Amino acid sequence: MSPDELEQIAEEERARQTQFKHTVKVCVAAGCVSCQSESVKSALEREVAARGKDHCQVKGVGCMGLCAEGPLVVADDHTMYQHVGESDAASILDGLEGKPVERLVCPTDVPFFQKQKKIVLENSGNVDPERIEDYIAAGGYTALMKVLGEMTPMQVVTEVTRSGLRGRGGAGYPTGLKWSTVAKATGEKKYVICNADEGDPGAFMDRSVLESDPHRVIEGMLIAAYAVGASEGFIYVRAEYPLAIKRLKIAIKQAEREGLLGNNISGSRLSFQIHLRLGAGAFVCGEETALIASVEGRRGMPRPRPPYPAMEGLFGEPTLINNVETFASVAPIIRNGGAWYAQIGTEKSKGTKVFALAGSVKNTGLVEVPMGTTLREMVFEIGGGLAEGRHFKAVQTGGPSGGCLPEQFLDMPVDYENLARAGSIMGSGGMIVMDDSSCMVDVARFFMDFCMGESCGKCIPCRVGTFHMHEILRKITAHTATTHDIAQLEELADLLRNTSLCGLGQSAPNPVLSTLRYFAEEYRQHVDKHQCPAGVCGNGHKDDAE
Amino acid sequence: MATTAYLTRPVPPSADKRWRMVEATMRRMGNQSTGLIETLHTVQETFGYLDLDALRYVAATLRVPLSRAYGVATFYHFFSLKPAGEHTCVVCTGTACYIKGAGQLLDALKKELGVTPGQTTSDGKVSVLGARCLGSCGLAPAVVYDREVAGKVTPQALKEHVARWKAHVS
Repeated sequence: MSPDELEQIAEEERARQTQFKHTVKVCVAAGCVSCQSESVKSALEREVAARGKDHCQVKGVGCMGLCAEGPLVVADDHTMYQHVGESDAASILDGLEGKPVERLVCPTDVPFFQKQKKIVLENSGNVDPERIEDYIAAGGYTALMKVLGEMTPMQVVTEVTRSGLRGRGGAGYPTGLKWSTVAKATGEKKYVICNADEGDPGAFMDRSVLESDPHRVIEGMLIAAYAVGASEGFIYVRAEYPLAIKRLKIAIKQAEREGLLGNNISGSRLSFQIHLRLGAGAFVCGEETALIASVEGRRGMPRPRPPYPAMEGLFGEPTLINNVETFASVAPIIRNGGAWYAQIGTEKSKGTKVFALAGSVKNTGLVEVPMGTTLREMVFEIGGGLAEGRHFKAVQTGGPSGGCLPEQFLDMPVDYENLARAGSIMGSGGMIVMDDSSCMVDVARFFMDFCMGESCGKCIPCRVGTFHMHEILRKITAHTATTHDIAQLEELADLLRNTSLCGLGQSAPNPVLSTLRYFAEEYRQHVDKHQCPAGVCGNGHKDDAE
Repeated sequence: MATTAYLTRPVPPSADKRWRMVEATMRRMGNQSTGLIETLHTVQETFGYLDLDALRYVAATLRVPLSRAYGVATFYHFFSLKPAGEHTCVVCTGTACYIKGAGQLLDALKKELGVTPGQTTSDGKVSVLGARCLGSCGLAPAVVYDREVAGKVTPQALKEHVARWKAHVS
């Protein structure tokens, strides 16, 4: 496909869409689908057909963000409706010509929508994820054409470096540096892998991006492949995300059909194919060497680094591994320039970050904000604060590798460095708000139970250490621990951190250490007074699933 | 013997036509060992679980030791070596669901069905599973009834749902 042909598809699609006087968009991402948004969409389609209104189109689109109020429907880009049911189809169509249906209106002039800045999610909620034409009409694949037609691979790497983009998978490694290492590496063949094994409990950004805008990720991978000189790509996606898998399969097929994947793309020397590989429920596979082992069909166990995958990765060849959100950030950086991206955010953390807001906030869902937004803005403005009568206690970021931050950090601007200084990590972007009904010792035990179950068993500090740390935490929550146990817990935390093979073991103590640091009083009450201030511990369900 | 075993193509464990799906996956993966996980996914999707015969057949075709096939099948939580019940109920125990009461949901299932995650009721009707995170955190606590995700589930709603399964004679 040439740039002209791409423009032609875009124009045809725009012309097709403008022939409709009205457009009703229905969210068909997993959040709303689990609230039966697909039957709402069918009901709207039936109603349109019954009325013979061929000037009205009903369009399935990606995530609109406010998952808590789904199913969400947007009429003619100006009225958002929440909690829409099948029976509301007729009134929504009536509302197109007259007044909006008051009882269903979801106000969009609130901080939840106003405070966001959408770059990664710019197409989510606007574009039909199952139609490549719609993506192209929204400017899709123009960044790829720009790269293939006007830029050298080195220029692409320089542009990404200039943007200051850092890996969105958790560690925050500079993306440009990673790309340049793989570009310089020599090998018979190079690979690009998209890490879509979103394992952190409480994180669903990647799922949403894949379900809402799969072509964006493919375009990012293509640009990366051109920059580093790779010819084959893999998307490693969790088997627990069936809808994301389905949409990726459709998107790959469409891109192949249009000649955007395959040999000599757009007449250039870039040849690139993408294959899907399904994860099988192992958290450790988010670690890059474990992920490579899994793509190769083996048990997902990490190996010591170096050699880093950039030098010796998949099948022993240089391999670039980036997270979904990182790839999704690439196309806008190329389109608008690295300098544009670098204007957004803080000194060391550029751009925007997508967060999955969950837990005890009113507005649970997906939000994208500039780096440097404070936790208070996230929780109390965008998140709408806590439910009636509940008090803020902590916010958990970074999943099982992160920490719990108390009230004193609410005014801290969120970026990689600040979170690390406070004892947590950015992680992939899960943000879980906890209120006074959560016991922080129990939360620490919950995460340790997770790490214990997910430890691959290869190195002893992690395999045995997580077990013993969990045992001590279990004793504390069962009110049978002594102060000696707490000292031992700290000692073990230190050991795991310094001697484990991979990030899973090294960061497993983080939830314990951060709660010990900020909620020491709660530990003391459990140990000395045999009391749980939140009233959680000691009422039975102490053994989690698995 | 050892050499001829490689020369003859392993035959599927039974005449069941569904093995063709498994064969197709292995062919797509070039009958290479790198296709092991993909193939096990197909077996599980087609037959519902992985039994020893299936593992033997897949291992022989992809030329990996049975120990490696078994190792992979047991390493990943997604694979099951036991047949599932007629219905499955997956309770998400991710962080958001946990703090929103996933524990109470598991308690309710234990009371109602007498099973804990990983178990199937003795009549083979319902399997209960725990999931690390379904990515439906905005709707916590979440449960998957067969393949359908339900959000903001209460213990009462959960009990009623499984009771309908139990009562329904198939």
